[in-house]
Amino acid sequence: MTELAIIWSILAAQIMLGLAMAFALYRMVKGPRAQDRILGLDTLYINAMLMLLSFGIRTANSIYFESALIVALIGFVSSIAFGKFLMRGEVIE
Amino acid sequence: MRTWFPYPLLSVGLLLIWLLLNQSVATGTIVMGTILSVALGWVTLKLNPTRSHPRRILRTLRFSASVILDVVRSNIAVMLVILRVGRRAPNSGFLTVDLDLEDENALALLACIMTATPGTAWLEYDRRRKSLLFHVLDMENEDVWLQTVKRYEAGLKEMFG
Amino acid sequence: MSHLTDLPTWAAIVVCGLVLLGSAIALIGSLGLLRLPDFYTRLHAPTLATSGGVILICTASIVCFAVLQSRWVFHEVLIIVFVIMTTPVTLMLLGQAALYRDRVEERRGVPLKQKPLPEPADE
Repeated sequence: MTELAIIWSILAAQIMLGLAMAFALYRMVKGPRAQDRILGLDTLYINAMLMLLSFGIRTANSIYFESALIVALIGFVSSIAFGKFLMRGEVIE
Repeated sequence: MRTWFPYPLLSVGLLLIWLLLNQSVATGTIVMGTILSVALGWVTLKLNPTRSHPRRILRTLRFSASVILDVVRSNIAVMLVILRVGRRAPNSGFLTVDLDLEDENALALLACIMTATPGTAWLEYDRRRKSLLFHVLDMENEDVWLQTVKRYEAGLKEMFG
Repeated sequence: MSHLTDLPTWAAIVVCGLVLLGSAIALIGSLGLLRLPDFYTRLHAPTLATSGGVILICTASIVCFAVLQSRWVFHEVLIIVFVIMTTPVTLMLLGQAALYRDRVEERRGVPLKQKPLPEPADE
């Protein structure tokens, strides 16, 4: 009974997170300007990380949590690099 | 002591993060983590960060509690704005405020707090004029936002004063 | 059958509630990214997903595995710490970059850069 409730609520959460990823992807593809695309990419990373966490709760596999950690860190570094690029036109100054 | 551990708190924090990442307290992990944290402390010495000394633990706790409460409240407010955006365009705008904070780390903390609160976003700080430009999503009452920033400033001044 | 069968009812209710609430907040944040009219207002939306969504879903996972005691929950703590520390930096940098670009293109509705004050004599 409890198992069924958790599985269904995690399924609902995953549908919501998938929808959120679709919205972020739309903003990333549509633009209209470069900073909007980067903001969309950053939100996409966060939502993907949350999706991995929900899979982790569902399966109790610690690989999911490690990959969520890595996605969070790589998303941060890439957003910073893109932001630097927008500001000056160069990544390393 | 200072030559070996230029930043003791940073080194201990790094060691703790290393242990949490590895999820073990085996001897090898601890040795590797200690070597790394001491070496990274020396690297940080080269970066030459500004030192400051936060004081008054009790006040700090009370200040963080009020910030967390503000973040929760602002989360709810921003959610309502987003859900109503079809019927009512958000009344957003830029605001400037003069700050009186000298400490670099206090300024950095203020920037993090204001950006982490969903209603406000830190945009630009002019060091010479000591004036801050920030963006507010729902500007029903300008004075309330200015007072909020002033309250954070007072709290941070108490902490780092 | 699976690890979730062993979960007591109160923990199951807490986990369900936290997961649903967290993902709903993340969804609203992304909806804001979709619907808000210009860049500076959109800058506020992702904070919702990071501060609300990440904390709630990580707390759900911590509750679930702390009750079951089947694996360590330190990774969730680290995820919360990293995300809270890094997101403000990203958004601040993006806001500054957008301001810089808008000023270079001379868009309307963007506050102009104040004239720099003269250098103090003692520097």
